[in-house]
Amino acid sequence: MWHLLHVTIHLCYFAINIANALESHLISKGLLRRYKSLHISKLQYLAIVIESEDCRTSNVIELLQWLADLGVKHVCLYDMEGILKKSKDFILEKFDGATLFQENDVLLDQPLMTLEFASFSDGKEAVAKAANVLFMKYLKSGSTSSYQGEQIFTESQMGEALKTVGGNGPEPDLLLVYGPARCHLGFPAWRIRYTEIQHMGPLKSMKYGSLIKAIYKFTMVQQNYGK
Amino acid sequence: MEKEVMSSLKMAGNILCSASSFIRKCIFGVLRVGPIPNHIAFIMDGNRRYAKKQKLSHDGAAGGGGRYDAGFWALMVMLLYCQELGVKYITAYAFSIDNFKRKPEEVESLMTSMLEKFHLLDILVKLLAVRVHYAGNLELLSNELRASAMELTEATAAYSKSVLTICIAYTSRDEILHAVRESCEQKRIDLEFGNDDDDEIKLMKVEKNMYMAVAPDPDIIIRTGGENRLSNFLLWQSCWSHLHSMWVLWPEIGVWNLVFAILNFQRNKTYCLDMKKKEKEL
Repeated sequence: MWHLLHVTIHLCYFAINIANALESHLISKGLLRRYKSLHISKLQYLAIVIESEDCRTSNVIELLQWLADLGVKHVCLYDMEGILKKSKDFILEKFDGATLFQENDVLLDQPLMTLEFASFSDGKEAVAKAANVLFMKYLKSGSTSSYQGEQIFTESQMGEALKTVGGNGPEPDLLLVYGPARCHLGFPAWRIRYTEIQHMGPLKSMKYGSLIKAIYKFTMVQQNYGK
Repeated sequence: MEKEVMSSLKMAGNILCSASSFIRKCIFGVLRVGPIPNHIAFIMDGNRRYAKKQKLSHDGAAGGGGRYDAGFWALMVMLLYCQELGVKYITAYAFSIDNFKRKPEEVESLMTSMLEKFHLLDILVKLLAVRVHYAGNLELLSNELRASAMELTEATAAYSKSVLTICIAYTSRDEILHAVRESCEQKRIDLEFGNDDDDEIKLMKVEKNMYMAVAPDPDIIIRTGGENRLSNFLLWQSCWSHLHSMWVLWPEIGVWNLVFAILNFQRNKTYCLDMKKKEKEL
C-alpha cells in the first residue's frame, strides 16, 4: 500500500514535470506573454546552490551565460564540497563575461557579472571563526559588563567579524537550488534571512524557460519583513 | 419531529467523524511503513489573511486576539496528528523579533492573545504529556509572558512523549549571536579559572549554546501561506531540511497537507541522510 502510494505520487510528479517542461519550452520561445518582460533590476544578488556531484562546469558556464543574457549582475555559486571554488579559475577563464566578486564591492551596475564562490566552510565554520574574532575584542575591552557585551555582540559586529574571516557577502534576494531535493545544503545561514528559495531540479536537466519562470516569480513577490 | 431530525443529524455527524478518523488512522498506518520525520517545524504564515477572509476583528478591545485563535487550534491539531504519527519534535514559529515592527496596538493584541493561549496550552500539553520549550530572546517579552513561559517549561520538563518548541521573540541571527556571546562568556570564565583546554572557541560549543539545541535539526520545515523563504527561522538548523511550501493559510492547514509534506520527505529521505553524513566528513 505504501509503495502504491509512492508510485502514485511519483506518477503525479512525472506528469507535473512534463507540463513544466512544456511550459518552459513555450517560455524560452517567447510564446507566453507575461514572461516577456522581466523586472531584472529587482534581483540585486542571486545565489545558485548546486549539488556537488552534479557540478559539471559546462552546465555551470551555460547557466551563467543564460543569467548574463537576462541581465543578472551579481551571482554567488555555492556547492557543499567546494568543487566550484576549486574550479573557479577555470570557470572565470571559460566564461568571459565575469569577474571575481570582491568583498568590498558594492552592488552597483557593472559591465561584467561578478561571481562569488562559496562552500560549506563559509557557513557554520566561518561563524565559529568569527566567534573567536569577537572573543578577542571582548577580552581586549577588559570589561565584562553587559553594556560592553551589547556593544560587541551585535549583528553589525558579527558581519564585520565574518568579513574578516572571509565568510560574509551580500544577502541573496533569490536562491535557486539545483539538486534532487528542496534544501539549501548549508548555504551560509547568516546570509539567507529573507531570501526566496526555489527548487529547480537537477542541474543536468536545467531549462532556460524554468530559469525565466523562477526569476519572474521572484519579481512578483511582496515581502513584509515581519511587519 | 424536530428532535428526530436533530438526532439523525447528530448520528450522521458522528458517523462521518468516525469514518474520517478511521480513514486518517489507515493513512497514518500506511505512512508509518516508510520513514517518519523525527522533527517537523512550522512557519505559521497566513493568520492575518485568514482573519481578513473571515472578517475577524483585530481590535484589541473587541478581543482582537480572535484573529489568532484559529491559528492556535490549528497548531494543537497538528501537534495531535504529529503525536499520532510518531513525530517526536514539533517546532512552531510563533513570533519573530521582526514582528515587533508591527503597529503597537497589533503587537499588544498579539501579546495578550499569547498570554491567554499559554494558559490554555498549560492544560492541553499536560493532557498530552508534551514537554514545552520556548526558544527566543525572552527578555524582550513582558514579565508576565516570560514568567508564564518559564512556568510551563518547568511544569512539563518531565514529559518525554513529544517536545513542542515555541519560537517566540526569535530570529536565527539573534540565536546565532546569543550562542556566540554565551560561548565567549564561557571561554572567558574558563580562562579566568584556568580550565581552558582549547585554544579557540569550537563550532560544537557554539552549537550547544543555540536556543534550538534542545531538539535535533528539523527534517521538514513546512511554510503555509504560499511563500518560499525562511524569514529568519532555523537558518542554522535547516541545512538538510526538506523545505515544503504550501498555499493553504495556516489556520486552514489540515491532515492531507501534513500527509503530503511527509510523503515528499519520504521521497527525498535517502538523499538528505547522505548529505548529513557528508557534513560530518567535511
